[in-house]
Amino acid sequence: MTGIDWGFILNQTLARSLDLNAAVYALAAVGLNVHFGYAGLLNFGQVGFVAVGAYGMGLAITLWQTGPFVAVLMGIGFAVVFALLLGIPTLRLRADYLAIVTIAAAEIVRLLARSTALRNVTRGAEGLNEFIGPFRELSPFNPSLLYGIGPFQYRGSQFFAIVIGWVVTLLTLLLVWQLMRSPWGRVVKAIREDEDAARALGKNAYWYKLQALILGGVIGGLAGMVLAIGNATIQPDFFVAPLTFFFWLVLILGGVGRVWSPVVGSIIFWALITFVRNLGRAMVNEGLIPTSIMDTSQVDQIQFWIVGVALALLMVFRPQGIFGSREEMALDAR
Amino acid sequence: MALVAAALVTLVPLQAVADGEAVATRLRVRDPETGERTPVPGVRIVVSTSDGEVLGEGVTDDDGRFEVAVPQAGTYRVELDPATLPEGISLRDPDRVVAEVDVLEGQTGRAIFALVSGDAQQVGEGGGITLRRVAQLTVEGLKLGLFLGMAAIGLSLIFGTTGLVNFAHGEMVTWGMLMAYFFNFYGLAGAFGFMAGWPAPFGAGMNLIFAAVIATAIGAVTGYAFDRWIFAPLRRMGASLIAQMVVTIGMSIVIRYMFLFAFRGTPRFFKDYTAQSGLQLGLVEITPKDLITGALSILILIGVGLFLQMTKLGKAMRAVSDNRDLAESSGIDVQRVIRFVWTAGGALAALGGVFIGLSEQVSWNIGFRILLLIFAGVVLGGLGTAYGALVGSLLVGVGIQVSTLFVPTELKNVGALVVLILALVIRPQGILGRAERIG
Repeated sequence: MTGIDWGFILNQTLARSLDLNAAVYALAAVGLNVHFGYAGLLNFGQVGFVAVGAYGMGLAITLWQTGPFVAVLMGIGFAVVFALLLGIPTLRLRADYLAIVTIAAAEIVRLLARSTALRNVTRGAEGLNEFIGPFRELSPFNPSLLYGIGPFQYRGSQFFAIVIGWVVTLLTLLLVWQLMRSPWGRVVKAIREDEDAARALGKNAYWYKLQALILGGVIGGLAGMVLAIGNATIQPDFFVAPLTFFFWLVLILGGVGRVWSPVVGSIIFWALITFVRNLGRAMVNEGLIPTSIMDTSQVDQIQFWIVGVALALLMVFRPQGIFGSREEMALDAR
Repeated sequence: MALVAAALVTLVPLQAVADGEAVATRLRVRDPETGERTPVPGVRIVVSTSDGEVLGEGVTDDDGRFEVAVPQAGTYRVELDPATLPEGISLRDPDRVVAEVDVLEGQTGRAIFALVSGDAQQVGEGGGITLRRVAQLTVEGLKLGLFLGMAAIGLSLIFGTTGLVNFAHGEMVTWGMLMAYFFNFYGLAGAFGFMAGWPAPFGAGMNLIFAAVIATAIGAVTGYAFDRWIFAPLRRMGASLIAQMVVTIGMSIVIRYMFLFAFRGTPRFFKDYTAQSGLQLGLVEITPKDLITGALSILILIGVGLFLQMTKLGKAMRAVSDNRDLAESSGIDVQRVIRFVWTAGGALAALGGVFIGLSEQVSWNIGFRILLLIFAGVVLGGLGTAYGALVGSLLVGVGIQVSTLFVPTELKNVGALVVLILALVIRPQGILGRAERIG
């Protein structure tokens, strides 16, 4: 019984809100923002794009021994194909068909990746582990050193991915910001507001929605690649369905349809989750929560409760998120 | 990249990581039917250097984990003692008792042993296409389709009357299954402690048939409560359908992980009727419980059909589904119809859950796993139609089971997605749906 170590918990909370996962979630949420925030597309399977991007990159190296840059292009290619596969049948239909197909397809990607039938390709539940070499060679950091930003320390092997992750996020944000100011972005937003009006003006709504789906999907794929480089492994069971809704919460927290919202949302999300997780573990270890109610392995399940409740409540009472504007969010499915 | 990074932050290389390297393994066995992974405790593991110097040995803990710190990065041998594996669990490749692990600096190297449970050998076994197998799989498919149909009708009617796709419908299926499990084992005393000393249906555990009835009633109450206290207020607030859909997603996640918290991850069986030997009926072999639950679900679905055709409320439900504004202006109380659809949908989903739990296993996430199949059935039959949902579910059930003639069993659900996408390309309104605005 040493009491709860608040210093440790706070340090963890702040450190995790900037590390690899925060960058990956921000990036995936940028993709969702393109889908939902700007184009009004209901993508309930963003984790599928993340998985497809990661596997595309990993398989390029393990199967065809390509260089790292070709591998990244492969990952992007996989995400584009996945977007076409989901978008072509559904984007002519009501918005909820896309939601149904994406949530189903994301789970199927995971099942396929972990299946014994594709064992020779994706290595089943073990996942891909032998793709990291070329990326290690690119890294300017010594993997066995700790690197610090202020009081926070990260391993060299991860620090490379963290830097890449945030740099890619910033570049993507710039791209999205410029795109949404362009004529293309105005058409996409017009389709979100009133598809019939946009069609009456001669815009091919289907084609614009498909482009937006591909763009957001590729950004999701980039998130998967950053994640794979940081973890040095691609495990199918990481890409479970609830992850998509973690990204949704990140997006809604920051404010749907705003350029910076995914970054802000991701930092808030990770601070919150890490704080609750560490506090929960500390309380179980200190006996403040009896193990008959909850043990340490169950503490991690709390995050799912928080995400579910927060998602539902925010969507109802503050759909514009913390910083968004309500007018941008007057959407409907029909 | 280094320049960009240097411009953004100051990098201070600190002390080298001294104590990071370790070798770890985690033994789990995957149930081929449910996809659940159960930890395998008590297996002896020996970790040694590549020269054979033993660095640590021990048994896996309750979580199937074993970890040993190693002095530096390098390659290590991890040996598993197959004699200590529990009954019915073996290595997929019996010769692979040693795993070589590369430990990178500051990282944990993971040794991976592929374990299979005893009856897993049938996975991937071909067997050829015989009339007997086709007949057997068709019957199993019909059974699955009937159970799916019970859940799908609720989903489809809720969509038809409100326009809402209920992503938490799978959890309503699991809820029925878990409630039946609870009353099956603990009886009413489990809920009301003072009844503990009372005889069978009240005291310790009750027959599954009574438990199923109670679970169905609880399912109905839950459906009612969802509409009364969550979705009706949301509709009154004018929340958009997208917002309501995201609410169902949030509910689905919270409920599912509460199930995991209360029930834990290991799948279990009901107390009654679990081990039954099959009856030979012509070409097919079927267990009595499957025969009875199959027949019961046919009766119930016929009852639902008669209700929709014959009764005033049933006609009102179809009218609201068909055209809500027209129904409302002709004097139908739409809110009452919606409330009833939620209640009946909750009851049907719960009972379907009991049947699925009886024919397979009781587990915390089965509802989410069959949600994809329900969606495929509903979309194939026509979103919003009751009969379409049933026809679609039967087709999906049979299609999935028969497809195992050609594809590995673990990939059979992939077929459901293919069906879903093909249905949307070829006939987006579904088999029984009416073409509305498309494109």
